[in-house]
Amino acid sequence: MLSALIIVFREVLEAALVIGIVCAATRGVRGRGVMVTLGVGAGIVGASLVALGAERIAELAAGMGQELFNAAILLTVVVMLGAHILWMSRHGEALARDAGRAGESVRTGQKPPRILAALVGLAVLREGSEVVLFLYGIAASGVTAAAMFAGSAAGIVLGALVGFALYSGLLTIPSRHLFAVSSALLILLAAGMAGQAAKFLIQADYLPPLGYLWDSSWLIRNDSVVGTVLATLVGYEAEPAGTQVLFYLAVIGVLVGGTWCVQRTRRAPAHP
Amino acid sequence: MHKILGLLLLSLLLAPDVRAETPEIPLVIKDHRFEPATVKVPANTKVMLVVENRDATPEEFESHDLHREKVIAGGKTAKIRVGPLKPGTYKFFGEFHQDTAQGVVVVE
Repeated sequence: MLSALIIVFREVLEAALVIGIVCAATRGVRGRGVMVTLGVGAGIVGASLVALGAERIAELAAGMGQELFNAAILLTVVVMLGAHILWMSRHGEALARDAGRAGESVRTGQKPPRILAALVGLAVLREGSEVVLFLYGIAASGVTAAAMFAGSAAGIVLGALVGFALYSGLLTIPSRHLFAVSSALLILLAAGMAGQAAKFLIQADYLPPLGYLWDSSWLIRNDSVVGTVLATLVGYEAEPAGTQVLFYLAVIGVLVGGTWCVQRTRRAPAHP
Repeated sequence: MHKILGLLLLSLLLAPDVRAETPEIPLVIKDHRFEPATVKVPANTKVMLVVENRDATPEEFESHDLHREKVIAGGKTAKIRVGPLKPGTYKFFGEFHQDTAQGVVVVE
């Protein structure tokens, strides 16, 4: 039961942290709740479909389908996160101003980007498909099913709670700083996902690892809870490949540079 | 950036040739154990572990030493590319049944 709890918790935790940060980052955006809910719903349906088709996916690309599929989803999420971060940097000030007005409905007139639903959906889909596959396996084995299901349910609840705790924690940040903080968190999130995508491409032998840079598993192991949280939040990897680090740094470079450019061009007309 | 793209293109171009000659090493998961639990692999060579899961339950083949993790559905077979490796021992395990599913790749 404990192993079921831990396995499910780790998968749910990753999706929950993504959703927590995205929600905090879009506080004050009208219709955001609907978009996020739609995304979670679509993600769960998608995860079930992926789990159903897992063996077909696995057989693609000479047996490397699972790796390529994961890398493709991760890279898509990275691109969407990137677009979202740039959107926020353009509208962030208006959002921050309006979010500060307690009780008043948001009037920024910015529609929540539909990309938000897709982003949340893909995050849930990726993590969820393993949970579905795992739960299906429990059902198939039958023997200790009840205890395992109880553990899995507890894992889902715990994962969601941690995501919610992160969201609540972020909301205590004064709204004028919230957008800067959440942008930074989203950039790290995107960079970490790009690193994970690189890991899958290395595993499929589509990219060379370019050496393994260090091993900090004696301090924080990848499969520990702390390791999982850090892996999601800042892209922690106990023993990263050079290619992974390159992907990570490239995404940070592009997004920090992109945000800087957007803000500079936006402010330029104000100071002729 | 150009270097990464270059490497990516290069690896895509080289990949089919390398793969055609990759020796396959069979491995079976049964009753949440690996058979054989010790696999011998030649040094400095790319090999393909072909892992057949004969249990009804899914298993995740995982190895920190080999930098690999892959879910294998119940009753299915998965391919895992490893190497080229330096001589030594590399542990692997089944993440869903860690207490029994343990194995080691011996590279010589």
